[in-house]
Amino acid sequence: MLVKAKIYVTLKEGVLDPQGEAVKNSLHVLGYPQVGQVRIGKYIEIGLDGQDRERAQKELAEMSDKLLANPVIEDFRVEITEG
Amino acid sequence: MRVGVVVFPGSNCDADCYHVIRDVLLEDVEYIWHQEKEIKGFDALILPGGFSYGDYLRTGAIARFSPVMPAVVDFAQRGGLVIGICNGFQILLEVGLLPGAMLRNRSLKFICEPVWLKVKQSSTPFTNQIPESELLQIPIAHGEGNYYCDPQTLAELQQEGRILFTYCGPNGEESDSFNPNGSLANIAAITNKEGNVLGMMPHPERCSEAVLGGSDGVKIFASMMKWCQEVKF
Repeated sequence: MLVKAKIYVTLKEGVLDPQGEAVKNSLHVLGYPQVGQVRIGKYIEIGLDGQDRERAQKELAEMSDKLLANPVIEDFRVEITEG
Repeated sequence: MRVGVVVFPGSNCDADCYHVIRDVLLEDVEYIWHQEKEIKGFDALILPGGFSYGDYLRTGAIARFSPVMPAVVDFAQRGGLVIGICNGFQILLEVGLLPGAMLRNRSLKFICEPVWLKVKQSSTPFTNQIPESELLQIPIAHGEGNYYCDPQTLAELQQEGRILFTYCGPNGEESDSFNPNGSLANIAAITNKEGNVLGMMPHPERCSEAVLGGSDGVKIFASMMKWCQEVKF
C-alpha cells in the first residue's frame, strides 16, 4: 500500500528567523502593516511503498528527528494524507 | 603530525588545508574520502569548508551521515584532534560532536571578508602558540554562520571556557557592531567538553602565508602540531 505524507518543519519558538523578518518587512513595504509575525519553514512530501499507516507514522517521525529537522532549532509535524 | 583532510562531495577548501599542512608546516597529510569507513594512523583530522551535498536540507545535514562519519566520531571520542572549519563546523554541529546549530546570517547575505577574532583561551590544543587576548585577522566566507544554542548550553560554553574565538573590532571590542552574522555572544569558535574538537567559522587555511596577505591562520595549525608533538593520544 502506498502511504503519502506531508512533513512540516518549523523553527522553534524563540529562534530568530532572519528570512521571516525580511519577508515581514517586505510585506510592510507592500502596504500590509498589519503583518505582525512571519516564520518560514519547510514543507516536505514523502511517499512510502508497502507500509501500513501506523508503521509509516512511526518511521516518518524517526526520519524527521534524524534528518529532516534539526531538533536543536526546529520542530516537525507529520501528516499522513493517503493510505 | 599526520593529518587527514576529510573530503565530502562539495568540499572546496580541502586542497587549501592540504597545502598548508604539507607546504607551510612541512608535515604529513593525506586526503580521506567520505566513503572510507576506517581512519588509521592520524594525529589530527580536518573537516574542511565548502558546500557538502550542496547544503541541501540544512548545511552539514547530509554529510553528517556519510560513511566516514562514525570513524570521525570514534576518532574524536578517543581524544584525536578534530578541527571543523566553516562547513566542517556545521557538520560537527549536525553530528553532535559540538552543541548548537547554525542559522542564516542575520543580514541574509553571504559574507566574505576578513574579520578580527579575540583569542579567549590560550592553553588549548588549537591556541597554545597564541597569547591570550591576542587578536587574529582571519577571513570568513559563509551564509549560515549565525551560531545558536539554548541559554543553558551557552552558559556551559562560557563557564567551561569552551568559546575559543569571538568576533571583535580592530581593538578587541566584543560588541554587536563587530558581530558579522548575528552569532550568540559573538561566538566564532567553540570546542567540545574535552577540548579536542574545535569548530570555527573563519578560514585559517586562507591566511597561513604572508603571500596571501596574512599568516594568522597558521598559528592554529602550528598549535595543533605542537600539541601533537607533546601529547600522543
